[in-house]
Amino acid sequence: MNRHPREHAEPIDTLRLRETPEGIDLGLRVAGPVPRALALALDFLIRGGLYLLLLPLLALADLGIGLALLAIFAIEWFYPVVFEVWRGATPGKRALGLRVVHEDATPVGLPASTLRNLLRTVDFLPAGYALGLAVSLADRDFRRIGDLAAATLVVHDERPATRRGPASTAGQRPPPEFDAATRAAILAFAERAPALADARRIELAEVLTAPRGVRGTAAPALIADWAAWIDRVTPDGRAA
Amino acid sequence: MRQQRFEHQHTADWTRYRALLEQLEQRRRRGAELAEFPGLHRRLCAHYALAQTRGYTPGLIAELEQLVRRGHAQLHHPRLRLGPRALRLMARDFPRALRRHAAPLWLAAALLFVPMAAMALGAYHDPGLILTLIDAEQLAELEALYDPTRDHPGQVRPADSDLAMFSFYVRNNVGIGFRSFAGGVLFGIGSVVILVFNGLFIGAAAGHLSAIGHGITFWPFVSGHAPFELSAIAICGGAGLLLGKALFAPGRLPRLAALRVNARDALVLVAGAALMLLGAALIEAFWSAGAAPVAVKYAVGAAGWTLLALYIALAGRGDDAS
Repeated sequence: MNRHPREHAEPIDTLRLRETPEGIDLGLRVAGPVPRALALALDFLIRGGLYLLLLPLLALADLGIGLALLAIFAIEWFYPVVFEVWRGATPGKRALGLRVVHEDATPVGLPASTLRNLLRTVDFLPAGYALGLAVSLADRDFRRIGDLAAATLVVHDERPATRRGPASTAGQRPPPEFDAATRAAILAFAERAPALADARRIELAEVLTAPRGVRGTAAPALIADWAAWIDRVTPDGRAA
Repeated sequence: MRQQRFEHQHTADWTRYRALLEQLEQRRRRGAELAEFPGLHRRLCAHYALAQTRGYTPGLIAELEQLVRRGHAQLHHPRLRLGPRALRLMARDFPRALRRHAAPLWLAAALLFVPMAAMALGAYHDPGLILTLIDAEQLAELEALYDPTRDHPGQVRPADSDLAMFSFYVRNNVGIGFRSFAGGVLFGIGSVVILVFNGLFIGAAAGHLSAIGHGITFWPFVSGHAPFELSAIAICGGAGLLLGKALFAPGRLPRLAALRVNARDALVLVAGAALMLLGAALIEAFWSAGAAPVAVKYAVGAAGWTLLALYIALAGRGDDAS
C-alpha cells in the first residue's frame, strides 16, 4: 500500500499524522509551551477586558450585582469552553494561530472541551500553570493534564498552501540519472524558490547543477526549466 | 496520468467542493445541497491520495490537503444541541452514572458527612472548637448571619437582592464542586481535601450555631436546599475520586486509558451535579430565607431528601428506546 512518505520518517519534529476514516493521513503540528503561554496571556487580557465591560452593570444596584456575579462565574469557568466549541479556539489561541482538536484531528466537542478546561484548575497548581507546564514538557505532544484526560491536542493552524502558476517555458529535460526523489526535490524547490533569498536560492540550486558546471544565477533558472519539463511528464519519465 | 490532465479532469469537483465548504464554514446550511458533501469529500480524499502517490507537485498536494482538512473539520463538526443534551443527561445518563459508580460516590459522601457529623457534635459541646477553623471575626459574621433577632436570617442583604444571592451561591458552590472534581486527578487527593474541609466547616457551623441558640433560624434556613447542595458536592468529589481511582487502580488498562474512560463518566456526574447545584442555589436564594413557617420548611427539606433518593434509585432505568 502506498502511504505518504512522511509516515515512515522518525518523529523528530512536532508533526503527528492521523489517519481519517477515508484512509488519508492528516498532519497535526502540535504546539509547544511558548505559543500556548502567549495565547494564555492574551486570553487573560481579554478576560480582563470582559470584566471591565461588566462594570456598568453595577449601576443597576442589586439586580446588576446579581447579573455581574453570574457573568463573572460564566467567564471564569466557561470562557474557553464557549470559544473552543464555537470557533475551535479562544481568541488568544486564534491570534497565535492555534486550535484545539481531538486526538483524531476532529474539532473539539463540548465534553472534551469542558473536561480539559475544568482540569485547568489543577494544571494551574501550585501557581502560574507550573504543574501543567511540567507535565506538558514531559509529554511528546505537549499535553497538559487536561489535554491528557480529555484526549485533546493544541495544534498550529495549517499555513495556506502556496501554488505555482503553470510553467511558462517548455522546459528542459533533466539528466536521465535523476531518480524520483530527486525529481520531487526539483519540483519542491521550484515551488519554494520565490520565497527564498537570492543567495540561498543559488546555493541550493548549485547542489544539483554544480557537477554539470552551471553556477550562479543560471543554476536556479536551470532547475526551473527542469521543473517545467517534469510538470509535463509522468513521474516515470514517459511523455504523457 | 499527467498532472495537468488530472487537474483538468477533477477541477469541477474541486470548485464545487470549495463552494460547499465556504457555505458550511459560514454556517449557511442548505440540506439538499449539503447531501452531496460527504460523497464529494470522499472523492477529494481519493484525489489527494492519488496526487501523493503519483508524485504530483507539492503545491497541488498541499492545496488538496488543505481542502480535505477543511472538509474533515466540517464533516466532524460537533453538534451542540444543549437542550436535548441536558434533558438526556438528567433523565438518563446522570442517574445511571450515579448507580454505576456507587463505590467512589459513597466514599465521597462518607468523606463529606462523617467529618461533618463529628465536627457538629464537637462544636456543639465545645464552643471554642470552631475557632480552630475560622478566626473570631469570621465567627462574629457567621453568628450575626443567623441571629434569630434579624429579619432575614441567612442573608447579609435585604430580601430584594435575591438574584444577587442566587448568583453568589451559584458562583461559590459550583466553583467548589468543580474544584473538588478537578482535584481528583491528583490521585484523588484534591477531592479528599476539599470534601473533608467542607464537611468540617459545615459541621462546625451547624454545631456551633445550635449550641448558641441560633439553631432555630439556621436549621429551617438550610433544610430546603441542603439535600441537593450537600449531595451535589459529594457527587462532584466522588467524580474526582473516580479520576483518582483510574490512576491508583487502572485495572486492565494503562493508566492514561483508564483515566480517559473514567473521565467520561466523571464528566457526566459533574455536569449533573452542577445542574443540581443550580437548583439548590435557586431554592437557597428564593425559598430558604422566605417567611414560610418552620414546619413547612422542614417538610420541604424532607421531601427534597425523599425525591433525591427516589431519583437516584429509579430514574433512567429501562430500555434506551423508551
